[in-house]
Amino acid sequence: MNAPVTRRNAILGIAVAATSLAAPSILRAQSAGRVVVVGGGFGGAACARALKRADAKLQVTLIEPSKTFISCPFSNEVIAGLREIEAQQFGYDKLAAESISIVIQAATVIDTQMRRVTTGDGTTFGYDRLVLSPGIDFHLEALPGYDDAAAEKMPHAWKAGAQTLLLRRQLEAMEDGGTVAIAIPANPSRCPPAPYERASLIAHYLKSRKPRSKVLILDAKDAFSQQRLFETAWKELYGEMIERIALSQGGRVTSVDPTTRTIVTEFGNYTPDVANVIPPQRAGRLAGIAGVADATGWCPIDPVTFESKLVPNVHVVGDACLGGGIPKSASAASAQGKACAAAIVALLAGRAPDTPLLAGICYNIVAPGYGFSLTGNYQPRGDIFAEVEGGTTSPADAPRELRVREAAEAERWFETITADTFG
Amino acid sequence: MAALINVPSKARRGEIIEIRTLTSHIMETGFRHTADGTLVPRDIITGFVCRYNGAEIFRADLFPAIAANPYLSFFTVAKESGKFEFEWIGDNGYSSTASASITVG
Repeated sequence: MNAPVTRRNAILGIAVAATSLAAPSILRAQSAGRVVVVGGGFGGAACARALKRADAKLQVTLIEPSKTFISCPFSNEVIAGLREIEAQQFGYDKLAAESISIVIQAATVIDTQMRRVTTGDGTTFGYDRLVLSPGIDFHLEALPGYDDAAAEKMPHAWKAGAQTLLLRRQLEAMEDGGTVAIAIPANPSRCPPAPYERASLIAHYLKSRKPRSKVLILDAKDAFSQQRLFETAWKELYGEMIERIALSQGGRVTSVDPTTRTIVTEFGNYTPDVANVIPPQRAGRLAGIAGVADATGWCPIDPVTFESKLVPNVHVVGDACLGGGIPKSASAASAQGKACAAAIVALLAGRAPDTPLLAGICYNIVAPGYGFSLTGNYQPRGDIFAEVEGGTTSPADAPRELRVREAAEAERWFETITADTFG
Repeated sequence: MAALINVPSKARRGEIIEIRTLTSHIMETGFRHTADGTLVPRDIITGFVCRYNGAEIFRADLFPAIAANPYLSFFTVAKESGKFEFEWIGDNGYSSTASASITVG
């Protein structure tokens, strides 16, 4: 139990927990714990599974409003017509088969005093420990003009599903010579490199089908993740097709007008043929219900246990938490879910939790057969996670074979993480 | 790109309007050294002025702590149709100007 934490046992949160069985008597004595997990994405589902695998006696309930999960990773390929949405869909049958109670309902009330969660149908679930994996919501006050109705005309496609397909249909309906604008918010946001991957794959679609068209990026950032790799690839694959107006060139979007499909930046107005507006973000709705988000809109946590700094016995994993250096990605959410599960098993057994070392990986596909990646390792430092040694980024100058190989690795990564979470 | 200006093209008389400016500039602090230890000389914008039909309505002094590509936003009252003129000055004789028109009805 006091063995040094290796990267391996942190990636496999289950392994951390499994070593905890070294104190079986204590565990058995207190293992009638009830853990409710709300939110069945990569963070919540991974956590529920890791909890049950670490201690079969735990009562684990997963509450999630949709019976089908639709993955954001690889959804940019759906937008570009390279993949069908069905390949993004996953169910909870395998989790149910592992004796996790699956409740397909929205959590409507979270009473953190009485420690219970009420769902839309009025059922109440008591807990010893609650895990929230609320994902993101849009911070609409920060983008005047944008709301649910606007999203039907200017799709965000930042939650996979109907929005993904809407953006795809708009691209398909656009005439050759049109402009596709992508409005990108400042960080923190879900999967920071993904808007640039999206720009790349949309350019790929346009180049093959509507070659006189262009992609216009309106960006609230000056610099972005893996920028050199993206920009090199854009030049190589798409020439002048992608134009980017960065923050210091006036690219920050301040409002939209959906009736005219106008995007207003600090220094100009744009009326593209297709407007993909990715609004500024904050922690998902559940965070507000439970009172675990602070003034930043995100959830401060103890990075060792993922327990909220604002509400005891409530843990927050995934995009919603204030993770410091950890990017908001599926891979990070999964690692956090598992580490959180290990911490909860330890806490319920009256032991001090191990300090996690989390690993995250992010692949970007800029065209079929052209991918690159960034990996990072993160450890608690003070109140947040800090990046520690061992991270890598694909080399800027590399033979095309490496890009081909990384694109194939990305597909394997997706198969692995979805099988690990839902399969 | 020298400068970006955002002034409403039309306004009602007496309306409070926002003016935004952004100019490209390295804003080298003068505190940094190169790898071989040579001081990188200071190169910043030191001053900004905005005039509305010739009358100064806003002025700012800038210092090394201000980041590259200074962005300034300020408010004024739309009194009459005419012209806003903007001027930035800085180290090494740096000077840049821009202007924008407004119709006040």
